[in-house]
Order: sequence, then structure tokens, then C-alpha cells
Amino acid sequence: MCPDEPLLTAHGLCMAFGPVPVLQGVDLTLQRGEIHALVGENGAGKSTLCRILAGLLRPVSGSMTLAGRPYAPRHKRDAERQGVRMVLQELNLIGTLSVAENLFLEHLPHRGGWIQRRRLEAQARAALARVGLEKLDPWQPAAALGIGQQQLVEIAAGLASQCSLLILDEPTAPLTDPEIERLFARLRELRAAGTTILYVSHRLEEIRQIADRITILRDGRLVASRPVDEIGLDEVIRFMVGRPLETRGDRPRRRAGPVALRVEGLRRPPAVQGVSFTVHGGEIFGLAGLVGSGRTETLRAIFGADRPTSGRIYLEGRDTPAVIRGPSDAVRQGVALLTEDRKEQGLLLPLSVRWNISLPNLSRLSWRGWIQRAAEQREVARWLRLLNVRCRDPEQPVMELSGGNQQKVVLAKWLARDCRVLLFDEPTRGIDVGARLEIHQWLEELADRGKAVVVVSSDLRELMSIADRIGVMSAGRLVATFERGRWTQDELMAAALSGYLVGPLRMNESS
Amino acid sequence: MKDPGSVVVGSFRGRSLLAESLGLLAALVVLIVVFSLRTEHFFSPTTFLAIANQIPAALLVAVGMTYVLIVGEIDLSVGSVLGLCSAVLGVAMTQGHWPLSAAVAVTLAAGLLCGAFNGLVTLHWRIPSFIVTLGMLEMARGGAHALTRSQTQYIGSAVEGIAGTVVWGLSLPFFLALAVVLGAQLVLRQTVFGRYMIAIGTNPEAVRLSGIDPRPVKLAVFLFSGLLVALAAIVDTSRFQSANPNAGAGFELQAIAAAVIGGTSLMGGRGSVVGTFLGVLIIAVLNAGLAAEGAKDEVKRLVTGAVIVLAVILDRYRQSTQRS
Repeated sequence: MCPDEPLLTAHGLCMAFGPVPVLQGVDLTLQRGEIHALVGENGAGKSTLCRILAGLLRPVSGSMTLAGRPYAPRHKRDAERQGVRMVLQELNLIGTLSVAENLFLEHLPHRGGWIQRRRLEAQARAALARVGLEKLDPWQPAAALGIGQQQLVEIAAGLASQCSLLILDEPTAPLTDPEIERLFARLRELRAAGTTILYVSHRLEEIRQIADRITILRDGRLVASRPVDEIGLDEVIRFMVGRPLETRGDRPRRRAGPVALRVEGLRRPPAVQGVSFTVHGGEIFGLAGLVGSGRTETLRAIFGADRPTSGRIYLEGRDTPAVIRGPSDAVRQGVALLTEDRKEQGLLLPLSVRWNISLPNLSRLSWRGWIQRAAEQREVARWLRLLNVRCRDPEQPVMELSGGNQQKVVLAKWLARDCRVLLFDEPTRGIDVGARLEIHQWLEELADRGKAVVVVSSDLRELMSIADRIGVMSAGRLVATFERGRWTQDELMAAALSGYLVGPLRMNESS
Repeated sequence: MKDPGSVVVGSFRGRSLLAESLGLLAALVVLIVVFSLRTEHFFSPTTFLAIANQIPAALLVAVGMTYVLIVGEIDLSVGSVLGLCSAVLGVAMTQGHWPLSAAVAVTLAAGLLCGAFNGLVTLHWRIPSFIVTLGMLEMARGGAHALTRSQTQYIGSAVEGIAGTVVWGLSLPFFLALAVVLGAQLVLRQTVFGRYMIAIGTNPEAVRLSGIDPRPVKLAVFLFSGLLVALAAIVDTSRFQSANPNAGAGFELQAIAAAVIGGTSLMGGRGSVVGTFLGVLIIAVLNAGLAAEGAKDEVKRLVTGAVIVLAVILDRYRQSTQRS
């Protein structure tokens, strides 16, 4: 075996789901000991390609070789036996089992069927240390972890066993900066040891930091594959979207209208420890903060998804607090929440696009309880057009749509509802550049139409580009608010950290 | 591929309902043909009239069960509640000497009350309906025996009228059940309420976060099931002209079986009342056919059980071919 020989090659991979082609003749070459970034818009076929490599899907046509030998994994275990492992984008931990058991689920150390707890614990501690979670109790149930820590545990499980090709699909989406740094350090070590890493991400800055080579997919075709140093950011984006991307200069703060939402002393311990802020109609209010700082929980408490223990919410500048006992009260009074977890909480995955969009709007689309089919179809078709949703037809189940298009369906269902206050939790998470830009344009459009828009995002640059004001949360409190033009990234970051500096260190506390 | 701009989907749901029912209809026809060939007397108006006048009670209960299953719950108490409602009707008429209309009203109220109990306890304390209705199953049966002192109440011709023949030898309950099937299917497919039911059965949390409280919908479904069980009790009491405290034993499993054969998912979010109707027919034809063959009771049960399992396996295949 010669060392220059590529680790994996793929020739003419084709894949289709029903009549929809997802991959159209992809040729891919992965060298030994390289970090190879795979980028592309959602729906470009990245996840499908990874799943084929990892044995989760079988291509319609095409062939692969691994270390010079034909490679056609029959299933995930088969691929893992041959040294190809994949950390899935979705979290797959079993909530009721401990972290340690989750890490080694497929090969628990045992003697005669009885688990050797001490050996398991030692292995688990070692695996967790590799991703910087040495302080985590391996016997804690996985469900008790925050989403970022769960992702790290998934990665730790992938790193725990020997492999020649490690596939990471969007590993850093829920991670904080220090967690990302640690992950990258570990990936560099693996590369030095000769492991090949296929790294799927939307975060182009990260890719510049860590990857050796970048491959760009668009509409199921490989459009470019180059060393990272030889390709500029603009060029990558151009390859991804297939059209030039206008860069937006800085704009002044919008002229805000009357107060639309006033939150006073909102508490829901442990995550929300007292939050007050005011949002005007016609402005975008960003909520920044570290993962676990209580932003999601704050939005949920405003929306009535979880009942706050204390605090008042005033709508439309009224003097009497709004009564919000549950989400139905909130929606009736013109408040909408677009949840962080769109698959579990925002969408009815097996049901059609049409049903999903019309769900909160049925009272308007019906007459004495009977659904007006024609009105419903008109309404749905209108939003699909306006939001440029890519789907076969409105009867397609939403689970068959790509992440970006799923998020647009969630957006459509609330836009059709025409709420005054819109709470967005990570609206562009896991979404490709093109769809991300479209969603940004919609957020601004909503503000221009006089809506009060609250956006939670872990991407500071995103908030800085779209928000008129940014409130920063830290350890369950809103610690500072910045006006557009009066913030710097350093100040925002410092505010986000401030709540954790005094008192006991609470960074690892899950929310 | 269709252009998403031009929406040509009006008949999609209708076609899919027909397509779903086609397999069941075929199975029904096959059963009828097989039994007609194997036995001399099966293929006759008498057989079909007997089936038609036998099934209304089972059908009413199965329609309620279908609704309960679609919203992701289960009602194991239907058989016992049927017994209790039957006892209420019998005792009101034989011992209270109430007029038929008053007795019927109090029977319907009893069914609604049981449904209200099931729904309210399940929803308020967030207890799985499996457990709550299992408790109700025991309580209602106990109540039926207490009311009747475990004696069958012979009512006689006073209730006969309800099960009377309307036309071509078909009874009033048959048409009542048919109307309930059609109405329930329409409500499921065409109304906001039906849409909410399917959405809630698919993902109740996503529905809640869409600003729709799933609890009133679920409560209404439990009430509806209780009401249909009371109707079934009236129908059966009238047919036998007596109220038996053991009436309806095992109905819950029959109703679940019919719904599942008809393509309703035990996990919620998927189901069809017309499918359940065909499921009830398949079970009834199977029973009548086996009886015509002179099969013993144990053989009947063996075959019926096997058919239920087979139906679900076939349904799996049907689903996977539809998806691809």
C-alpha cells in the first residue's frame, strides 16, 4: 500500500428519494490524514453523501473504494467495522441511560453479560476528557445535559473508537467558542495520527481555521474541490449559491414605533432569574448570550410554553398585564414563538406542508368549523411562493424537506397568522447560506411592517448584522442592552460572560 | 415533477382514501367469495341481513375507538361501559318504569359521564389513558352488576321499537350506525376539529406550541366515545329486549382490532372511520362465514386473531410502498 494512495474514492454516486434526485454523479477523493470540509446549501446533498459513506444509505448507482479496495457498506455497523464512523447531526442519545452507557452502547465492557461498571466509568472519563468534559459525571442521565453538552458527548462517542475516516455533520452548531476550540485541537491531533476527517459545516470561518481542503456541493453535484488556502470566502459562497451574493453595508437603526412587548421581572428558576426588557413595534431586538444563559427559557416563558413563577408581560403598551396561561392565550393575543427545535416542536413531520402551514390559521380558513379547502390551498400556495419554499407540492410530508425549507414552512405558518410580536429562537441554526439570507430578509421585512421581532441567536455576527438593539443574557438575567452602533463584539462577549464571573462557577450547569 | 406554483392537488386526499380502502374492500370480497364457494348457504340475503343487523353496536363502539386512537389515546373501558349503560336502561325501564325516552336520555348521560371521567382524569393528572380506562373497565362492570344485582333485566317489547326494521329487512340501528360512520368520516376529513385530532395524535407538543390547546379536543373525543358506547348499549339492549350486566364483554379488543385492520395507528395521528367500518365488516363476515362452515368457537377465535395480525403486517407493506 503506498502512502500517497487516497483513503477513499467515490465515482459517480447517484441517489434519489422517490422521483427527486439528491446526488447526481458525485466523484469524491479523500486523502489520508486530511481534514476535508464539505459545504453546500441545505438540500445540496451533503448529508446524503455522508450517509452513503457511513453505510446508512445505499446509492442508486456509483462505486466507492476504501484504501484501494472496493467499498460498499451494507449498514452502519459494516462501515464502522471497516473504519468509517459518523457522528450524526441529530442528537441520538438515549435520555434515560447514563452518559457512560450512551458512550459505549454498542460495546459495553461486560463479563458474562454483567456490565463492568468500573471499567465503563474509566473508559467514559477518558472519552469525555478528550472533548473537555472531564468534570461531567459519567453516571448522569443523558437527558439532564444541555444540548451543547449532548453534542459533545456524541462527538466523544465518535472519537472513542479507532477509525480511519470520521464524518462530522455540523458538529459545532450548539457549541460555545471554548468548546469548539477544544474540539478543533482534538481534530488536529487525530489528523496528525493519520485519521481522515470529513467535516460538514455552514460556518465558513471555522472551515478556514481547521480544514485542509474544501469540497462544495450544489444541487446534488460537486461544483468545486480545492485546497482551502487557494479559495476565497466570496468564491465559496458563489459556488454554493450559484449566484453572486450582495454584501450589505451597515445601516442605521430603524425608527421604532410604539411599545409592543414589555417584560418585567420574569422568573422561572433555575434558568430564568429575572428578565426585564421592552421591544417596540418595528424593531428587531436580539437576545445574545452563551448556551445555557436562559434565552430559550425566557422566550418560552413569555409565550406561556412554560409558566413563569413570577413576572409580568405587557402587550401593545397596555397598563394591565396580559394573561398568558398557555401558548393558546399567547397566540390569541398576537404573540408567536418559532422554537429552536423545529423538528420536535415546530412541525408535524409526517404531515403535509399544507397542513403544517394552515394549522394555526384554521379558524380563518374555515366556516363554522368546516375547512374551506380552496381558501386553504390559495393561502398555502401564496406563502410557498412568497417564501420560495422548495417542495414537490404542498402535499409532500415536511419530513422530506431540507432543513432550510422546513424552517421556511415554520415561518410561513406564523407569517400567515400575522402576529404582532414574533419570538424567534435560533431561526437560522443548521441552515445554509442562501436560506439564511432569505430568513434575515424576512426578519427585516417584518420589522419594517411594524412587528416587534425578538431573535435569539448564538451567532453574534448574525445579531450584529440584523438587530436594532441587543440584550445580553448571562446566568438567567438580562445583564445589558446595547443600541445599534454602540456595541462591539468584545463588549457583547464580556456582558455574556459577566454573570458567570462572580460566585460559584456555573458554566457547566445545564438548563 | 409538478411546479409548486400551480397547485393541482384537490383530489389528492380523496384518492388516497379510496386507495386505502381498496385493499380492505378487496379483502372483504375475497372473504365473501371464499365462504360462498365453500359453503352452500353463505351467499344469501339472509346472511347479509343478519350481519347488517348484528354489527351496529360493534360499529358504533369502533367509530368512537377510532377517534380515541387517532388523538393518541386509548379507551379500554368501552365494553364495560356498554354493560353499565345497558344496565342503566334496563333498570330504569323494569324497576323505575320510566318511559322509553327518559330511560334513553339517562342511558346516554351515563355514557357521557363515563367518557367525561376518562377524559378529565387522563388530562388533568396526565395519567396514561391506558391506565385510567383500565380502571374504568373494572368500575363500570362492577357498577353494571351492582345496578342489576347481576340479574339480566328482561324488558320486552317496550324497547323493541328501536331495533325495528325500516326497509328491506334492515333495522334502524344499521342506518344509525351508517350515518355515524359517514358523519364521523366527514368531521375527521373536512373540519377543523378533525384536523386538530390528527395533528394532536401526530405531535401534541407541536400542536400546543402552535397555540392550540389539545386538551379540549381530547376531552371531546372521550365524550364522543362514551356517547357512542351508550348508543351501542341502547341498540343491543333493544335487539335482545333485555339488559345483561355482562353485555359488551371483550368489545374493547374487537373495536381496537377493527380500527387497526382499517388502518388506524395505535400510535395516533393516522386513521380512517371508513377503514374501521370495513374492519368491522371483515371481522363480521369472517365470523359469519366460519359459523356457516360449522367451525367451533375456538377455531373462530384462532382465525380472527390471525387475521388481525395479518392485516397489520399487510398495512406495514402498504405504507412502505406508498412512501417510496
